[in-house]
Amino acid sequence: MSATGIGAPVRRKEDFRFITGQGQYTDDVTRPGETRAVFVRSPHAHAKIKSIDVGAAKKMPGVIDVLTGAQLATDKIGNLICGWMIHSKDGSPMKMSAHPALAATKVNCVGDAVAVVIAETIAQGKDAAEKVKVDYEVLTAVVDPAKAQAKGAPQIHPDIPNNTIYQWHLGEKKDVDAAFAAAKHVTKLDIVNNRLVPNAMEPRAALADYDAGTDNLTLWNTSQNPHVARLVISAFIGMAPEHKLRVIAPDVGGGFGSKIFIYPEEVVCLWASRRVKRPVKWTSDRSEAFLTDAHGRDHVTHAEMALDANGKILALRARTIANLGAYMSTFSSSVPTYLYATLLSGQYNIPSIYCEVDAVYTNTAPVDAYRGAGRPEATFVVERLVEVAARQMGIDPADLRRRNFITAFPHQTPVIMAYDGGDYNASLKKAMEMADVKGFAKRKREAARNGKLRGMGYSTYIEACGIAPSQAVGSLGAGVGLWESAEVRVNPTGSVEVLTGSHAHGQGHETTFAQLVSERLGIPFENVSIVHGDTDKVQFGMGTYGSRSGAVGMSAIVKALDKIEIKAKKVAAFMLEAAEGDIEFKDGKFTVAGTDKSAAFGDVALNAYIAHKFTGAELEPGLKETSFYDPTNFTFPAGCHICELDVDIETGKVDIVNWTAVDDFGTIINPMIVEGQVHGGIAQGVGQALMEGAYYDAAGQLVTGSMMDYTMPRAHDLPSFHVGLTETKSPSNPLGMKGCGEAGAIASPAAVINAITDAIGTENIAMPATASAVWTALQKLQAPKAA
Amino acid sequence: MAAVSMTVNGKAVTGDVEPRTLLVQFLRENLRLTGTHVGCDTSQCGACIVHIDGIAAKACTTLALQCEGAKITTIEGLAEPGGKLHPMQEAFREHHGLQCGYCTPGMIMSALDIVRRNGNNLDEHTIRDQLDGNICRCTGYHNIVKAIEAGAKAMAK
Ligand code: FES
Ligand code: FES
Repeated sequence: MSATGIGAPVRRKEDFRFITGQGQYTDDVTRPGETRAVFVRSPHAHAKIKSIDVGAAKKMPGVIDVLTGAQLATDKIGNLICGWMIHSKDGSPMKMSAHPALAATKVNCVGDAVAVVIAETIAQGKDAAEKVKVDYEVLTAVVDPAKAQAKGAPQIHPDIPNNTIYQWHLGEKKDVDAAFAAAKHVTKLDIVNNRLVPNAMEPRAALADYDAGTDNLTLWNTSQNPHVARLVISAFIGMAPEHKLRVIAPDVGGGFGSKIFIYPEEVVCLWASRRVKRPVKWTSDRSEAFLTDAHGRDHVTHAEMALDANGKILALRARTIANLGAYMSTFSSSVPTYLYATLLSGQYNIPSIYCEVDAVYTNTAPVDAYRGAGRPEATFVVERLVEVAARQMGIDPADLRRRNFITAFPHQTPVIMAYDGGDYNASLKKAMEMADVKGFAKRKREAARNGKLRGMGYSTYIEACGIAPSQAVGSLGAGVGLWESAEVRVNPTGSVEVLTGSHAHGQGHETTFAQLVSERLGIPFENVSIVHGDTDKVQFGMGTYGSRSGAVGMSAIVKALDKIEIKAKKVAAFMLEAAEGDIEFKDGKFTVAGTDKSAAFGDVALNAYIAHKFTGAELEPGLKETSFYDPTNFTFPAGCHICELDVDIETGKVDIVNWTAVDDFGTIINPMIVEGQVHGGIAQGVGQALMEGAYYDAAGQLVTGSMMDYTMPRAHDLPSFHVGLTETKSPSNPLGMKGCGEAGAIASPAAVINAITDAIGTENIAMPATASAVWTALQKLQAPKAA
Repeated sequence: MAAVSMTVNGKAVTGDVEPRTLLVQFLRENLRLTGTHVGCDTSQCGACIVHIDGIAAKACTTLALQCEGAKITTIEGLAEPGGKLHPMQEAFREHHGLQCGYCTPGMIMSALDIVRRNGNNLDEHTIRDQLDGNICRCTGYHNIVKAIEAGAKAMAK
């Protein structure tokens, strides 16, 4: 392994600009003549718009224009869409409501935008926004997904009865029911997977610039997938033809899924820029972010597991109501279906599984993918059921897991996925050693002497990453293919630019992708630049989510590098006056086999452009290759997380004292970056388990609408983590990579809740298990005694 | 509008601002020093932390006019003019204390204040405890804590 090649903990190229304050995030970009957009938002969760009066606002100082939904409709700006078709059990297509970027006749959640002020400054825009008079007829709201389908519940969209988007299912109900009827033991759980607000630290922003001279529109925005944004804004919303719209996602300050989606604000900025013929910028306040960023999770589930007398799992069934909020966000429909139920087999050999999912509208912010997207929900169901079943049956939880692990691959689960490889015993064993499970009983006794209840919880998770191949996701309803593209440009001096359709917003692609190229071409790491996030530079790409940049994005680069090598060998053959078949390439050098005749990579690059030596017409000058790569399967990262914690008997406060994570991500390009991804994922999962929860009151007001009410983990809420790896290569891509971005968030909530329930001796506790929730649970158990 | 003058990263600057202008707006919009970020509107996240007369403060919760005559240091003012990084900046890079980089300027400015208050030998507990005013959504803090510990030590050299 070289110091900068695959497997080396190379320090990141991108860091210099960030640690010196020279990052370029969307709000840092300015255009001459830039104006600011301020949105007028509904204070009501559900109301008819009787009238909007913008007269007074238009007269305010600095105001250029005030635009409403009626004008948007007149200009024929199309609705936002959800791009993944789900069919109900009865075969009917999902029911997608209209979603205009500015509501014209009715608002369906607090924060729904009804008008936009375009002003010289933000302050002037805000002053004017207060003068926009909207007359609302307030309607009863429904916010609880479990009540959305009830008789008499207010109907949110006129053409969608019972607020029901789809009633979907997966698996064979008959087989499952038969297995349950014959089971020795059945474990049942009611689970609420709490609603979360992603809260990337950089708020969303959009800067639109219309060039009247060329009729071109440029959009800078906080996007994880600028090409998809361009496609949707062009083809579905009809803003501009695709070739007249450029989307640039510069430095992006975290995404976690929330910046995948196409949002009303960027659409409005583009439209407004063309109307006012000046650049229009909008930057979200954090308060706006809480109201308008797509939220995550929000499932209500009843789940059951059937086991035989030996603790062998026979079947699993789950019924879930998924809250998708007031409108269907870009990929919302896929999250509680194909990203959820398909993972209900966990790491276990479960002969039959059946899952029913009803997706419903409520008067809340849209819900879509958030780190893990469906897979944390599935893992939570499976890992809670396994843990509770083990305790009920008096079997050690690790042992019950072992008895059911899948050990032969490929393994076809009853819920679509074909696991291609893994070693679940290895990660469990290593995690148990690292966590010193043997010494736990002693530590528990010691903790008890200090008034603490100590608990330990496992989560042996699996996820499906890459979110590809295209043919598979297409058959499941995806409106797009989920391949990735790469273009490798070798310059005449031998330096290299790689244009990738992946997008980094914290993942460090400028470093890891350069490590790959440097190793493969044998050129210095410094001589490689990664270009991403600009539709004028990169032709097309699917962006970054679902832990796909390594497995899919880097594989595309490998394919393009293969082509570069083939072409470069032809060039070298001319230079070295040898047969092409005799040229070998190793460590940045082209050699004629069996001789000492060689040419360095840089010389070959130069000759490819000079082309003086090419005789005959068959070899084109230049050295640039493109690849579109579609994998053969999803990848299946898996591992074991073990959480050890103390519960304070007096206060209910939970203190995580040790966290062990052992993950199998396949090939690792940069272990430093991978560990960082694991840390961050665990933090978000612990946040979900212990403190985060978005709550709406009955009227649909978000009561956790700021960082003062919505608690996110701070440094003192978390321990340092012990992170280890096992490695089985993914057979589904050339590098053997599986993906590491979401594992922490997927694995950790179940580990925490398993540990808390172990500590206090309850079967179940709802997330977030705040001190007050744990304390209340403790009071319900009679006179808790430290063990 | 009101006139305001202060020293920012060693340079005298003046501006004509609305009285309600926040220091962070003045830095970002008037001076185009966009390294100082805005992550919230309730003074919770610390993305906006700068030093005012050597002490860390949230620039989102400070009016520009309050800083009349003050000496402000922002993330852009930490490295030496020749480009040599401050040891704390170096430590964040060395220990992978950042991912998306958005919280980073505030984290580094906050870290320097932790060193000012507690000296160069910091333990994990102190760092975690005193980082209370900064939120990072990416790193889980693990590597930020390591970076601050190492950066503090390096500053003593
Ligand atoms: S922006 Fe100042 S604390 Fe969040
Ligand atoms: S590095 Fe992204 S918020 Fe801290």
